[in-house]
Amino acid sequence: MAKLEVADAISRAESYPHGVLAYVGPDGYPVNIAVDFTASPSAAVVDVGALDPDLRPTDGQDVELTFSHIRPQPGVGYDERRYVNLWGPAARTGTGLRVAVRRASGWDEADTPFFEYAERGVPAGRDYLDELGARPRLSRLWTIFLATRLPFLTATLIPVGLGGVVAARDNAFHTLWFVLALVAAMAVHLGLNMANDIFDDTNGADAANVTPTPFSGGSRVLQYGLVTRRAMISGCVALYALSIGLGLFLAAERGWGLLGIGAVGLVLSLAYSAPPLRLVHRGLGEPVTALGFGPVMAVGTYFACTGRWSWQPVLASLPVALLIALVLYVNQIPDRAGDAAAGKRTLIVRFSPTQVQAGYAITVAAAYLCIVAEVVAGVTPVWTLLALVTLPLAWRVRNGLRANYGDPYALMPTMQSNILLHLATGLLLVIGYVIAVVS
Amino acid sequence: MSNPTPLLPPPVIELLDVALVGELTVIDESGRPVTYPLIPLSDGNVIYLTSSVLFSRKLRHIKANPKVCLSLTDPVAIPVEPFHRATIQGDARVVEEDVHEGWERLLPMWRAKEPAIDFFLKKRFGIPLFFERSVIEITPHRVLWWEDGRASEPARVYELAGVS
Repeated sequence: MAKLEVADAISRAESYPHGVLAYVGPDGYPVNIAVDFTASPSAAVVDVGALDPDLRPTDGQDVELTFSHIRPQPGVGYDERRYVNLWGPAARTGTGLRVAVRRASGWDEADTPFFEYAERGVPAGRDYLDELGARPRLSRLWTIFLATRLPFLTATLIPVGLGGVVAARDNAFHTLWFVLALVAAMAVHLGLNMANDIFDDTNGADAANVTPTPFSGGSRVLQYGLVTRRAMISGCVALYALSIGLGLFLAAERGWGLLGIGAVGLVLSLAYSAPPLRLVHRGLGEPVTALGFGPVMAVGTYFACTGRWSWQPVLASLPVALLIALVLYVNQIPDRAGDAAAGKRTLIVRFSPTQVQAGYAITVAAAYLCIVAEVVAGVTPVWTLLALVTLPLAWRVRNGLRANYGDPYALMPTMQSNILLHLATGLLLVIGYVIAVVS
Repeated sequence: MSNPTPLLPPPVIELLDVALVGELTVIDESGRPVTYPLIPLSDGNVIYLTSSVLFSRKLRHIKANPKVCLSLTDPVAIPVEPFHRATIQGDARVVEEDVHEGWERLLPMWRAKEPAIDFFLKKRFGIPLFFERSVIEITPHRVLWWEDGRASEPARVYELAGVS
């Protein structure tokens, strides 16, 4: 329950058909009973109707009035949860009471959605569990799934896949080198996710965020106490170590030029959220993400397969680079209040809602123009135009941003569509290359 | 949890069996009442409520002072015809040896009132602390009963036998 202004709380109470009067009886047990009432917000009083004389509090006694509402939903449970609590001394008036309201609290899920309400209780919940000597538990698999944010690996699969099919088009695809490059890229991506959580926990951005969703607000494993900070750091270091080890092996086998691209990827992934650069705090998260999950991964994979440089994977990955930057961009919308509070000045924090929506439209248009222009220029296979079939999805995201910008939970389908837009467009680009190679 | 001769009067059990919400009043550290709307569950002898650790203040109050009261007042949340009202006073105990799974013994009763709980339980990984829950067990010792639901009239009082 959250504290409410007395007049506001009494106004809210007026909409309830009955109240529940509670007080502590002479035997020390609380008594609560349904009552009729008349509320006067301007006078900060509530008049309680006739009471059984045996169930009246003493004159001047502190009492509580509670007003509660739900709407039953057969087969589901209920919704429209709300309640108001009022406290103050009660004066006897004939057969009833007059309560002078001094304090008020309550909750209305129309104002504060349940998930936000629950999230606001996390610090108190953690304290309570600590006192019990208990910790929240999830299976090891779920914990790893959450801590690494495994589903976001699609952001890696697409540019690495593009690097592979561009190499195939140059008759230089090599399964072993491709798989090793993929594993190295996945390791650095998962390590980056964990590093991001560690740094957002340190700077307070995740703790300040009370409207996380499955697509935003970090994994929350540290906030919920599912993983210790030490375990998180160990996991992060292990993933980076795996990535560096594979990178060194690939560089030794395929050419030391790969070290350069690996180093760029590594530095970008750490500089994204780690001090002193903390690029995401400076509004540079999107370009860094575009670079890392676009050309860097595509070129790295291409080099691992072919042992040489080429502009082809850079150009092939440009559309997905823009789209993955938009995944970050849209997913930061629900985080903006928490990010701003923690000094994480992302583009979303810097821009107005109108500017954010315009930025989305311009960037997504650029991604599709890129697909067409590269085909027209003869850089990419004509079959990559298949990716244009995802345009309606982009339109859906654009509309979703307009309709639900201010509601993190209503925005979830839009965030999901935006992730799907990157995945589907990227897969169709890969398929376009594959058709060009086999035909 | 079943008992052939339940402690609570049958009409009160009927209310508890269908009530989606009851109002639990506990006493805070300054001796004042604080009321929380919760789903009441019962086997006819004991009333069970559960509370996530996210909303643990009531649990602290009960541990400090186990005297509580639960009212069943809302005709919308309690679909019985004709409508009655009841207030049940008793002593509460917080059971939390296993906040992770201990409360799940009450799932069948909870599910009967809120089938959607199974959907949320499957998504436990998304809101893990919500499903770390303590059980509040109320042993009732007195029931106030209003046959026609009009609590302004004198209540019928049941002093429950077998309760010290």
